[in-house]
Amino acid sequence: MRAAVVQFPGSNCDDDALHVLGRVMGATARFAWHKETRLTVDGHAPDVVVIPGGFSYGDYLRAGAMAAHSPIMAAVKEFAANGGPVLAICNGFQIACEAGLLDGALTRNASLHFECRDVHLLVEGRPTPFTAGIPAGRILRIPIAHAEGRYLHPDVARLEKEGRVIFRYVDASGGVSDAANPNGSMANIAGICNAAGNVVGLMPHPERASESVLGSADGKLLFDALQATLDKNPRRVG
Amino acid sequence: MAHHGHEPTVDAQLAREHGLSADEYARILQILGRPPTFTELGIFSVMWSEHCSYKSSRVHLRGLPTSGPRVIQGPGENAGVVDIGDGQAIVFKMESHNHPSFIEPYQGAATGVGGILRDVFTMGARPIACLDSLRFGRPEHPKTRHLVEGVVAGIAGYGNAFGVPTVGGEVYFDDSYDGNILVNAMAVGLARTDRIFKGNASGLGNPVLYVGAKTGRDGIHGATMASAEFDDASESKRPTVQVGDPFTEKLLLEACLELMGSGVLVGIQDMGAAGLTSSSIEMAARAGNGLELDLDAVPRRETGMTGYELMLSESQERMLAVVQRGREAEALAIFAKWDLDAAVVGRVTDTGRIVVKHESRTIADLPIEPLAEGLRYERPFARPPEQDARQQLDVSSLTPPSDLGATLVALMGSPNIASKEWIFRQYDHMVRVGTVQRPGAADAAVVRILDGAPDPAEAKGVALATDCNSRFCFLDPFEGARLAVAECYRNLSTVGAEPLATTDCLNFGNPERPENMWQLVEAIRGLGDACRALETPVVSGNVSLYNDTDGKSIKPTPTVGMVGLIGRAADAVGQAFPLDEKDEGVAIALLGVNTDEIGGSEYLARVHGRVAGRPPQLHAAREAAVGKACRALVAARLLRSAHDCSEGGLAVALAESCITGAHPVGANVRLEDDLRPDLLLFGEAPSRIVISYPAAREAEVKALVAVAGAPFARLGLVGGSRLVIAGKAGSLVDVPVAELRRAWQTGFKTIVT
Repeated sequence: MRAAVVQFPGSNCDDDALHVLGRVMGATARFAWHKETRLTVDGHAPDVVVIPGGFSYGDYLRAGAMAAHSPIMAAVKEFAANGGPVLAICNGFQIACEAGLLDGALTRNASLHFECRDVHLLVEGRPTPFTAGIPAGRILRIPIAHAEGRYLHPDVARLEKEGRVIFRYVDASGGVSDAANPNGSMANIAGICNAAGNVVGLMPHPERASESVLGSADGKLLFDALQATLDKNPRRVG
Repeated sequence: MAHHGHEPTVDAQLAREHGLSADEYARILQILGRPPTFTELGIFSVMWSEHCSYKSSRVHLRGLPTSGPRVIQGPGENAGVVDIGDGQAIVFKMESHNHPSFIEPYQGAATGVGGILRDVFTMGARPIACLDSLRFGRPEHPKTRHLVEGVVAGIAGYGNAFGVPTVGGEVYFDDSYDGNILVNAMAVGLARTDRIFKGNASGLGNPVLYVGAKTGRDGIHGATMASAEFDDASESKRPTVQVGDPFTEKLLLEACLELMGSGVLVGIQDMGAAGLTSSSIEMAARAGNGLELDLDAVPRRETGMTGYELMLSESQERMLAVVQRGREAEALAIFAKWDLDAAVVGRVTDTGRIVVKHESRTIADLPIEPLAEGLRYERPFARPPEQDARQQLDVSSLTPPSDLGATLVALMGSPNIASKEWIFRQYDHMVRVGTVQRPGAADAAVVRILDGAPDPAEAKGVALATDCNSRFCFLDPFEGARLAVAECYRNLSTVGAEPLATTDCLNFGNPERPENMWQLVEAIRGLGDACRALETPVVSGNVSLYNDTDGKSIKPTPTVGMVGLIGRAADAVGQAFPLDEKDEGVAIALLGVNTDEIGGSEYLARVHGRVAGRPPQLHAAREAAVGKACRALVAARLLRSAHDCSEGGLAVALAESCITGAHPVGANVRLEDDLRPDLLLFGEAPSRIVISYPAAREAEVKALVAVAGAPFARLGLVGGSRLVIAGKAGSLVDVPVAELRRAWQTGFKTIVT
């Protein structure tokens, strides 16, 4: 697997994504600097692009709004348009929404506080490169760490119908409730995909839960699913 | 020496307004042989402030142990450095930001975090963790809620965006902090031993680079403000508080680390308190050189700034770097890549003087040595006459509570003991995928060291903790400081880490009052005594004096921070009893000895409304033996949990082990000590750790404890849904763990929600 991890000024989960892709998954993982206009991994097209968490450009404007306009994002959009798998985590999810790669918006948490803690996620919706093969109804324990993760969309019913709600905040036994919703997201939505299914964004941090020494390895299932997807379909895109 | 038209006339009166005494001003006249210029007066006033010069504490700090086999850099640099093997070093320091945080809690706390992070990365280390030791006034004080919310949000706002996990610390409430809160921030970084940088302006003719954010008028005389008492007018000093920009700091970190890897860097120092003034003078002093500065080259964000303002600004996120002559372009290119300002603002000379030019005029020309050496005062100190009365406590006059279970529930809900989850949930404590023991899960935070680890699952780790019980220090500053060191040492030992070295943040009142000075002297003596005995040398630290408001001093608070090393981070144990009860079950035991010492305890304060008596006595040899035993048990992977006894004593420690896990569980315990029950349950004797382990392996546990020479007592078994504690005379406590948990979960939250 060749993975490109986009690096904006203010990205701070870039090292973490590179660590999991490179050292836990054994991929060839490289940073893609925001001022670049092409995505390459040691001279090759990447198999996957990860937009990591952090505070791109300080997020002094709306979270992700500045990064969405940086040169590298044109290349990410082209990669995604050609069907390449893109995983957008936390600030990456915010950037993907601002860039139009994903629908909806992420706003201030209902608590008005930054929330850093484990949550439970139900995997559902249509198959994506990051969830294909994860058994239906599987509940993942993965941490969140954000102040602006309240997902809003004008037509949640359509998203649901199209199977584009991929992760939902639930309690430990899978129940959907307000108590299990850490930020006030509509319909407890934690992550979605685009219409084609190849771009997935989520607020929780799977890279922080990919090794049992950190308390949970549930997040690694996303990267395992990606590996399996690429093994089945080793075409190079982008 | 040119004088500017509209600059104030420099005289003794203006010097006094700058916080300089008549004697100090006379000394300046004597050094210069002429009156100083306005800019020079400003430079002297900040360099000779308590904050920058340590003039009251320095003679006493000399008594601290500062060397050891692991110490690479002791006090005197931007931060201390210890060796953790494999060519790696931990760089760490703690610093106060008390006064700014009281005036403007969000920015005060945020820039406190920013400042200590720069102290660590200026030495070549990437920050891997932060901790914050906070002290607020009474929960019911009208300002407390606002201050708690602002400080916590400020720490979160800066650390989270910068990308350093905030993994621990402490929070206490006491009326002595009503008008003067404490915000002590500790940063910990990882460096390579062959790439540690110092604040050294060496190499004649080498260029001096200004890098980072532009200079504005913020924070002028922050160091002077930190060196004076507070009064009603202090809140009008809000403009002296700086404003933090964690995004720029993050860029500055990456650019500085890149510069350090490039081979062109000679020396570098953070522009912290007293900004360009102290960074340039301290760097020149360390190298025994002089420096010429051209202020016209300084990047600025405001127009019309005077030389005085440029020299004294405390604008954040700036560094001063000396690079090799002829390689300026390489350095400037790195900062351009990160979109940061950088400019050559001076060069290294051999004159031993700092010469400052502004708009083609020389506005300051001063000898470095007296500025950097500062002043040294041997201020008078005296044990206050009321100290004897404070230590009086007739235990027989205290009526024991009729329901000890209800007392335990009440203590669990004390804001000093209750869960601080509301706080640490706002801190990103997991970024950098290193946090193996999260805040609240163990007595110390544990962060694994991924760099250089062949297998991330087997990586070594550092354990981190901060501690100080200011009631103990108030009742006996010598013993209180020793106890703070011992608790930190114990916290690291509970997770299985070998304590390596110490940083401190000494928060005291006005040193011009002999009783405050006595507290400081005694606390430093206690710190030195305990750090010598436990072999944890002091490698860095900070002194914050003048923590008084309207003449009322805080309780003496010598906060201690410590770093320990654990060979395999995954081995670290948490504080919660495990749920499973396979085979013979999980046994509970105590490493250490129970006593009836109750002076200065949370129980005495909360239940009997008194802060009195003598703090418990520390036996350093026993502390070392208990720590060694616990570390050996963790290394042998025999323990399921370990938790030290601190505020609330043995009963609270047992209750916390029952309720702080993901799945609360009960315990059945029997205590064989012949002690008055309330003192036995809630006394705060040090050197005690409650452990749990598979009962079937007790023989192995006892063998290792015996080798370490630590006292051991089997207490009982984990299980059920109640905490049951029996004494020799019968049942003492029998409470559902759900009730303990409810009290513990809500006790602090009610203050802020």
